[in-house]
Amino acid sequence: MTISAASTVTVRVLLFASYAEAAGQTSFTLTLPAPATVASVLRLLRSQASDARLPERPLCAVNLAHARLDAPVASGDEIAILPPLAGG
Amino acid sequence: MTFLTDRPLDLAPLVARVMSPERGGVACFLGVVRDHHEGRTVKRLEYSAYEAMAEAECARVVAEAEAKWEASVALEHRIGRLEIGDVAVAIAAAAAHRDAAFMACRYVIEQVKRRVPLWKREDYADGSQAWVTPRPARPTVERPADATSDAPPVSEHVSHTDWGV
Repeated sequence: MTISAASTVTVRVLLFASYAEAAGQTSFTLTLPAPATVASVLRLLRSQASDARLPERPLCAVNLAHARLDAPVASGDEIAILPPLAGG
Repeated sequence: MTFLTDRPLDLAPLVARVMSPERGGVACFLGVVRDHHEGRTVKRLEYSAYEAMAEAECARVVAEAEAKWEASVALEHRIGRLEIGDVAVAIAAAAAHRDAAFMACRYVIEQVKRRVPLWKREDYADGSQAWVTPRPARPTVERPADATSDAPPVSEHVSHTDWGV
């Protein structure tokens, strides 16, 4: 298997509920250096003033499943940042 | 949508789906919109979801419960605007005997609260609104041993464990 040496990763980021309200948007695309993790997506978001409200360790999902902050992310992944859940 | 609906919930069809001749116990749970939250009078509320993930996570929770307790489980959660007294979540769990039915039902509601991406914004009597932030949870019910390997890292986000919504 050949490992391509793409130098950047482009992901879709989704925000919901209070986070979407605070940021004023529900989805956007982010490009960051490879290799990338959920944590590096969060770091890039925090560098934007509109997302300063994010907690230190928000609940996150990658491609519709809960993910740890050290989970790798690849181009095309859908990264969701989830406010505290309140279903049930 | 399979597990989410924007229409009023009805328990009877869920019970009908899980009943079968070999299952002698059926346990049900309804979560109902309360008229108060932390001392404030609630007029109505609105549930929103990350729909694609909520559907996937509900399917995982139901599959875990069915495998662990050899049960048949039906689950629906309402989204959109709800009034006081509306049913927000309905669960029916059927198993050979009552213990398994109760445990499967309890497991599903607790895991829905922990894992399914749903949010609730309440409208209060004074005209204000707020996103509900769950309180820290008490220890919760038994999890299937085979569910821990891919258990989500959500312990710090466990929702409050009131029986209602």
